[in-house]
Amino acid sequence: MSFVKALRCKECGADYGIEPRTVCDSDFGPVEVAFDYEAMKGKVTRASIAAGPQSLWRYRDLLPIEGEPKAGLNSGWTPLVRAKRLAAELGVKELYIKDDSVNYPTFSYKDRVVAVALTKAMEFGFDTVGCASTGNLAHSVAAHAAAAGVRACVMIPHDLEAGKMVGMTVFGPRVVRIRGNYDDVNRLCSQIADKYKWAIVNVNLRPYYTEGAKTHGFEIAEQLGWRLPQHTVVPVAGGTILPKIWKAYQEFITLGLVQDNKPRMYGAQAQGCNPVVKAIQEGQDLFHPQKPNTIAKSIAIGNPADGYYVIKVVNESGGYGASATDPEIIDAIKLLARTEGIFTEPAGGTTLACAIKLIQSGRIPKDESICVSITGNGLKTLEVMQGQFEEVPVIGAKLSDFDAAMNEPTPGNAPWKAAEPAAARA
Amino acid sequence: MADTITVRIPTALRPQVENQESIAIAGASVKQVLGVLTTRYPELGKRLYKKENELNRFINVYINDEDIRFLENLETPVKGGDELSIVPAIAGG
Repeated sequence: MSFVKALRCKECGADYGIEPRTVCDSDFGPVEVAFDYEAMKGKVTRASIAAGPQSLWRYRDLLPIEGEPKAGLNSGWTPLVRAKRLAAELGVKELYIKDDSVNYPTFSYKDRVVAVALTKAMEFGFDTVGCASTGNLAHSVAAHAAAAGVRACVMIPHDLEAGKMVGMTVFGPRVVRIRGNYDDVNRLCSQIADKYKWAIVNVNLRPYYTEGAKTHGFEIAEQLGWRLPQHTVVPVAGGTILPKIWKAYQEFITLGLVQDNKPRMYGAQAQGCNPVVKAIQEGQDLFHPQKPNTIAKSIAIGNPADGYYVIKVVNESGGYGASATDPEIIDAIKLLARTEGIFTEPAGGTTLACAIKLIQSGRIPKDESICVSITGNGLKTLEVMQGQFEEVPVIGAKLSDFDAAMNEPTPGNAPWKAAEPAAARA
Repeated sequence: MADTITVRIPTALRPQVENQESIAIAGASVKQVLGVLTTRYPELGKRLYKKENELNRFINVYINDEDIRFLENLETPVKGGDELSIVPAIAGG
């Protein structure tokens, strides 16, 4: 027994049954899962959630599944890191990193949405799942499908990073590389979903899939001790996660699980693909699509499905948007690694670089709580870091060679002063 | 037919066009082609347009797989043999 009421059109409010469906028949607006919050009151509590598993399924009452979870049993519940060293560097008081770069099993936020979509696909009885992906989603769909014994067919742009290709192919899905960018792949996937009776997780299962993104927001709130950060900075690609973190915050407020501290949401995009941020900065309700050109390929979506809703939520919450150039993205990747020991992909670099801009411009006050959503792992996109570090010289295997090396300056650093070796310990 | 445009209709809109998957229509611009289409199928027109000359923002129109917003929108010229696809905007991400 679930708390799901219906699929409801976000535009006209028309209700549909729980079925594979993306849009409303009458106005083509997106349909979204509607829940019965009244029925949840008193049943979905801090205690009931805390008693759940150490995975995103601890929030199953707020997810659109009917039976037991069938996929992603270990997904979610990623660390919320109090980033003290980074905070000191940026001169802010309270900074958190929600670190989905270590999500299970494929190291990105996509393991959340796929856990829910695949469970739903199996509930509906589909034997094949698919997706349109810039890489991370394909990894997640392929891995979850492999573990569940379901066929997977993943559609991707032709020019993904080598690590992204290996990271999906290894799970054995049918990989279809398409000449064009993500938006071309996406358009084709809509047509494929129309013709093939497959569960394309981000097309005909999209309403269920997107609900999974809420768990990123639920975890932030719970891990923060049942409170909301005042400012949340989130990457914007297709625009799924930002409005869903907002929905998660609002659901917790509705259920009385957290106080409404008027949280603000901020969108982050790469300069080379920033249709949503541009619209926010220009005060437009609608974005104009773009042809992406950025190293942040995982968020290079020029025609984002939920772009309109990102703009709406950001404005409604009193937030804003920022975009980052490729060099700023690389710098932010290095900064996060150097200060917090977290290696993120360019999407994460984008989000941090944008957070820094929002802080420096005074949009985000330095003395309030800030959470930065890191959604992907840097080990998948190693080639963007090529040439960033000087080649490390090789030395002989003698202590004297090592001593000499420690007295050599390294790029950007003074020589390491040989720190009193054995004597210090004695 | 060399001088007509093939209009591809997504499943969700097929009930409004007697369940046809594609329809051949003559015209010199996207606007003209959609004009003929919506005159012939007024129920489709209600869903396709938000108001006159403004497409429903949840529908994307492509000419030979290029989004008309990268071309000249409704004024985009078309020629015989072109394919015009109507695709729901909400997908992906």
